[in-house]
Amino acid sequence: MSRYAQMFQRLHQRAEGAFGGFLMLGDPDVATSVTLLDAVVEGGADMVEVGIPFSDPVADGPVIQAAADRALRAGVRVDDCFGLIRQFRAKHPAVPVGILTYANLLAARGRDKFMADAAGAGADSILVADVPSIEAAPYAAAAQAAGLELVMIAAPNTPEPVIRRIAELSGGYTYCVARAGVTGTSAALALDHDRLFAMLAEAGAPPPVLGFGISYPDQVAEALASGTAGVIAGSALVKLGADARALVQLVSAMKRATALPNGERER
Amino acid sequence: MKHDGRFGRYGGCFVPEILVPALEQLEAAFLEAEADPAFAAELEELLTTYAGRPTPLTRCRNLAAGTPARIYLKREDLLHGGAHKTNQVLAQGLLAKRMGKRRLIAETGAGQHGVATALAGALFGLETQIYMGADDVARQQLNVFRMELMGAKVIPVTAGGRTLKDSVNEALRDWTASFADTHYLLGTAAGPHPFPTMVRQFQRVIGKEARAQVLAVEGRLPDAVVACVGGGSNAIGMFSDFVPDEGVRLIGVEAAGKGLNGHEHGATILRGSHGILHGTETLVLQDSDGQVSDSWSISAGLDYPAVGPEHAWLKESGRAEYVGVEDDDALAAFQALARSEGIIPAFESAHALAHAMKLAQEATEESVIVVNLSGRGDKDMAQAVKLLQPEAA
Repeated sequence: MSRYAQMFQRLHQRAEGAFGGFLMLGDPDVATSVTLLDAVVEGGADMVEVGIPFSDPVADGPVIQAAADRALRAGVRVDDCFGLIRQFRAKHPAVPVGILTYANLLAARGRDKFMADAAGAGADSILVADVPSIEAAPYAAAAQAAGLELVMIAAPNTPEPVIRRIAELSGGYTYCVARAGVTGTSAALALDHDRLFAMLAEAGAPPPVLGFGISYPDQVAEALASGTAGVIAGSALVKLGADARALVQLVSAMKRATALPNGERER
Repeated sequence: MKHDGRFGRYGGCFVPEILVPALEQLEAAFLEAEADPAFAAELEELLTTYAGRPTPLTRCRNLAAGTPARIYLKREDLLHGGAHKTNQVLAQGLLAKRMGKRRLIAETGAGQHGVATALAGALFGLETQIYMGADDVARQQLNVFRMELMGAKVIPVTAGGRTLKDSVNEALRDWTASFADTHYLLGTAAGPHPFPTMVRQFQRVIGKEARAQVLAVEGRLPDAVVACVGGGSNAIGMFSDFVPDEGVRLIGVEAAGKGLNGHEHGATILRGSHGILHGTETLVLQDSDGQVSDSWSISAGLDYPAVGPEHAWLKESGRAEYVGVEDDDALAAFQALARSEGIIPAFESAHALAHAMKLAQEATEESVIVVNLSGRGDKDMAQAVKLLQPEAA
C-alpha cells in the first residue's frame, strides 16, 4: 500500500482530515530548508509537499514565486532538491512526500530520468503544474515506470471527461484548487466543491485534497467540512520565512483543526 | 480540444488544468470564426479600411546596387500601428467580442504589442490591461503614454527578472483567475494551443499578399524569403504560403545580440535546447537544469528566450533555415536602408534586412529576395540616437 493510502487509512481511523504542508526546497538555502522541513513534520503535518524551484512558475502567486527566486539565487540545483528529499526520507520514513514542479525541469533532465531520480530519492508523488490532463498520458506512464504516483489538479470548472482521465491516470490524491487563479493566501475560499467531490468519487479518482488559499486554521475546518479528505497550505507557511518555531506553531494549529466533528467519521 | 496543436514533437498545451477550459473555448471560437464568412468579411473590412492592407511590395532601388540580386520589401511597416502586429490584434479583438469577453490583457516587452493591443481595445470597446516589465515602463515612457492615450492601463511587472518573459508569466497568472470575462491577447505565434496556429492564420495574409505581388512583378517565385524571428509571428505569417514552394528558401533571422558564443543573445533556435515554456514545447534558452535564461537583443521584439513551436518544427524538418545577426550588423542595416531607400525600419526588421544584404553581396547570379519589413523604426528613435550619436543623447 502506498504511503498516501496508508496515511488516509490511518487518518480515517482517527477521524481526522489530512494536513499537508508545502515548502519550496532550498528556500532560503539548502541548510535552512532541512530545518524547515523537519519543523513541518514536528508541527504534525501528515504529508509534505515540496516545490522544486523553477524560474518561471506561472501557476504560483507572489509568495511562492519569491520562494523559488530565493532558492535559485542561493544557487540551488535540482540535484540539491533530490538530496533534500533523500535526507527527509531517511529521517521520516512514513511521511508521504510529493513534488510540485514545472514541466521544463522534466524536459531538461529527461522525463524518465527525472521521475526515476525523484523516486530514488524517496518521493511518493509528483504534480507538474503546467501539465494538464490533455498532456498527461506520457507523464503518467513515466511516473508509473519509476514507481511514482502522478498527482493531478481538479477545479470546480473541470468537466466530467477530464475527471475521468484524472481517475484513470493519477494516484496518491487529487489536488483540488479552492478557487480560480494562482497559489496564494486569500481571505475567503469559494467552497463550491460538492459537485466536484461527487464527480471525483463517482469516477473513482484519488481522494480530494484542497489547496490554493488555505491560510488559517478556521479555513482548514471549513474545508474539511465541505467534504475534502485533506488540505494543503503553502503560501501561509512559506510567508513565515526561516522561522522554524513559528512554522511548528502554525502547522500544529492547522493540524488541530483537522479533527472531524463527531459523526463525521462514518461518512 | 479538437486539435492537439502539435508541429512534429513541438507545440501542445502546457498550462495549469484550470486554464484548459479557457483555451478550449478559444479554440472553438477560432474554428467557428474561420468557417464563418461574416467573420472573414468583417476582418477584411478592418484590414483594408482601418489597417491599410494590402501593404505594398517595394523593390529596393539602391540597397542591392552592384549585386545581381533584387531585394523586395514587404511593407508591414506601413500598416496602421507601425507593424505587422495590427493584423492579428484586430482578428483576436474580433474573436474576443464574439466570445463575449469584456476585457483584454496582454504582455509587452518594449511596448509594441501593448500599443497594438491598446488600439484593439479602444476600437472594440474592451477594457485593456497591459503587463510590462517595470524597467521597460521606466525606459519606454512614450509607449506607455501611447497605450494610456488609447485607454489601456499599464501594469508594471516587478516579479522575476522584470523582462518580457516575466510579463507573459503575469498575464498567464491574471488569466487563470479572469478567463471568464477576459481574453488574453497573446502577442506572438507561441504560447499554448491554439495560439500558435491562430496567430499564424491571422498573420499569413503577409505571405499570401507577398507571394502574389512578387509573382506579378517578377513572373516567378523568389529565391529566398527572409524574416526576423523573436517569438516568430511575422516570420510564420510570411513563410506559411511559401512552405509548399520547395524552391523558395525560407530564412528566419534570430538576434545574435552581442555574439552567439556568449550569453547575450536571443537566438533560441540556434542556441536553445528542447523545453517547455509559456504553454508550449519548443526550443528554449536555458541552463542544464531547465532554468530559463534571460535573452538579450538590441531590439526588444527579438528579446525572448523561447520561440513559436512551428519554427522549431520548420527547423527540425529542414524546410526553413535559421541564422543569427548581431546587434552591430542590424544597426548597420538600419542605417543603410534609411540612407539608400529613405525607409527607416524597426530594429527587429533590420536583422532580416542585414541578412538579405549579405545574401545579395554573396549572390553570383541573378536572384530575388523578399524581406518582411515587419515594422517601422519610429519606436526605435530614442535608442538609435543613443547608439549612433552618443554625444547628442
